[in-house]
Amino acid sequence: MAVNASPAAAGAAGRPSRPPGPVLEIRDFSVVYRTPAGDLNAVSEVNLALNPGEVVGLVGESGSGKSTLAYAACRIARPPALITGGSVRYLGRRAAAPVDVTRLRPGDLQRLRWREIAIVFQSAMNALNPVLSVKDQLVDVIRAHMRVTGQEATDKAAWLIDLVGISRSRLRSYPHELSGGMRQRVMIAMALAVDPEVVIMDEPTTALDVVVQRDILARIAELREELGFAVLFITHDLSLLLELSDRIAVMYGGRLMEIGSATEIHNGPAHPYTKGLLNSFPSLHGPRRELAGIPGSPPDLRNLPPGCPFLPRCGYGTPACTEIDMSLAHVTSSADPEHQTACPFVLPDTPLPQPDQARAGNPDLQVQS
Amino acid sequence: MSDRDAIVLPPPGGAPSAAADRGPLAMEAVSLSKDFRLGRGQTLHAVRDVSFSLYRGAVVALVGESGSGKSTVAKLLAGQERPSSGAIRLDGQPVELGTRRAFRLYKSQVQLVFQDPFASLNPVHTVRYHLERPVRLHRQTNSRAAVGKEVTALLEQVRLTPAEQFVGKYPHELSGGQRQRVSFARALAARPDVLLADEPVSMLDVSIRLEMLSLLDDLRTRFQLALLYITHDIASARYFADEILVMYAGQIVERGPAEQLTQQPAHPYTQLLVASAPDPDNLGSLLRETAPQRQSRADTGPATGGCPFSPRCPFADDRCRTENPPSHPVSARRSAACWHLDLAAPIALDRTQERQA
Repeated sequence: MAVNASPAAAGAAGRPSRPPGPVLEIRDFSVVYRTPAGDLNAVSEVNLALNPGEVVGLVGESGSGKSTLAYAACRIARPPALITGGSVRYLGRRAAAPVDVTRLRPGDLQRLRWREIAIVFQSAMNALNPVLSVKDQLVDVIRAHMRVTGQEATDKAAWLIDLVGISRSRLRSYPHELSGGMRQRVMIAMALAVDPEVVIMDEPTTALDVVVQRDILARIAELREELGFAVLFITHDLSLLLELSDRIAVMYGGRLMEIGSATEIHNGPAHPYTKGLLNSFPSLHGPRRELAGIPGSPPDLRNLPPGCPFLPRCGYGTPACTEIDMSLAHVTSSADPEHQTACPFVLPDTPLPQPDQARAGNPDLQVQS
Repeated sequence: MSDRDAIVLPPPGGAPSAAADRGPLAMEAVSLSKDFRLGRGQTLHAVRDVSFSLYRGAVVALVGESGSGKSTVAKLLAGQERPSSGAIRLDGQPVELGTRRAFRLYKSQVQLVFQDPFASLNPVHTVRYHLERPVRLHRQTNSRAAVGKEVTALLEQVRLTPAEQFVGKYPHELSGGQRQRVSFARALAARPDVLLADEPVSMLDVSIRLEMLSLLDDLRTRFQLALLYITHDIASARYFADEILVMYAGQIVERGPAEQLTQQPAHPYTQLLVASAPDPDNLGSLLRETAPQRQSRADTGPATGGCPFSPRCPFADDRCRTENPPSHPVSARRSAACWHLDLAAPIALDRTQERQA
């Protein structure tokens, strides 16, 4: 399917009609980690919407707040994580009216989780129960969230395991008898067990070999088409997201730096950090390019500089950057009307800074001759 | 090695290495094998008949998926595991690790950098301690001033400057990239000839990986290091290495100059690996692709005799399933272990014939 096709078209056949608008809408969302040494601003005023049937990629380095954002939005982030502001509006096809996840009572939250929003965690080895067989774990999930008989649950478990491309004979296996790739497939089957509207995937293939990774991602894309769920895909691997996503959101230092269609992020990245990330991947195909990487290291969230958190590593930085408010603005020159960036100075057509300027922000390289 | 006969073994591999242009031969692995006993009479052949050479100032990349045996090769070369058969030669001499003294001498010439900079540094010691120890051990200097000067020089070499700011720090006070720099500095403290880097950047954030690779690149040029770069990321090997060795199930299935091998892979496994790597220019491809009904290595189990890749290979026939193919030349500096190179890599082979004609 085309990257920008209407998301509502995906897998909509034969399903109850849904209300218009995003299925999940995160607004002005902030999360801190309350530590004795002071608050650590893990997520600051993030706005992110997920349309029905859409794959949104959330990319960032470790400590950028990408996982915290997703976990806090489902309210599974534990103290010292604390939601300090914003809302998470959920409106699925089974729901009559939108709910604010941040205000749900425990019972309602229980009904929302997994049935409406499911999560695939990074480490399948730790997420599966080592003393239960695959079938028991799948049946467990199904019966916890749906009123079905044991036989129906067993049938559904077999259907699910087919769905993710594992033979039914493996239903009786225990997690340690499966390879890493198969365990991750089982996790995906679990997430899809009760037909959720939104599936959050937190680095689901990071620990896997590239061949297995590609097979699993192609399967996810297929299932998305078939079942019509929306995916929030969290990873540090931007090159992967460009192949997988409809839209991509870039996070750095707890803030959203840029969001836009995969095509626009690839062809006309507007934020210097996105440009840097794109230039950090050695490409296997096509001509060899000059690679730059990004000098310096990720920010200390306890001690963020005023203005743009990327400033110390930015080749385009100016004194005015310490005063910007990091709100997103539309990129007027972009083909995607929803393409937004937090950097008011650098646009897709801004020329690259000279190499010596690019390194100016990095004390590491300044001293080095 | 205990195997004294190693000296008479023929030089590894038929084709000359693409890394040989860079400098003199430093280290050779000759028909290295390593078996692990699993109990119940089962044996895991982690490394099977692996031969290659490392040259001063050159980077050889060893690429493979997890479980392919690439880290075992590093451990064999570092002297941490003893090979079941085969030999290692350093500067033409067979490696003898019988005594502690010999082992220490070997370690001063061959150093290993690990993947995880969080686990490889001791959390209760400062950067100074981590660097002073190898300096004292391998350089036989005990004067405090000389050691201190050396530690400062090491930190400057890995661009942790100003050095005074870093010597007193503990690992937890450093970022992942800084920690890996300390690991590099520690390896350099012995002034080695050979550096074995086992996935040196895969634990680091994407944005700093390139910088670390360019640091490694700089160090190998400056010190004429023979570098073995072990990785699962064939794209980084394309940019960083002179020669690439592709490992599958303990064997080297293909070898050749980095650019040629990645652009025209000859072995079906290398082709699968290259086709599977994320390609940022291929926008939305995964959304269009249908999931292949491919079997992974773990699904198929170990191949019993024959080519280890045959259970997954689209070209496999009866011969592949019974006879393990030897290495065939693809071009002057390339070879691949496959019976069906004419089917799998007609383009790569065509070029050779043109050149020969």
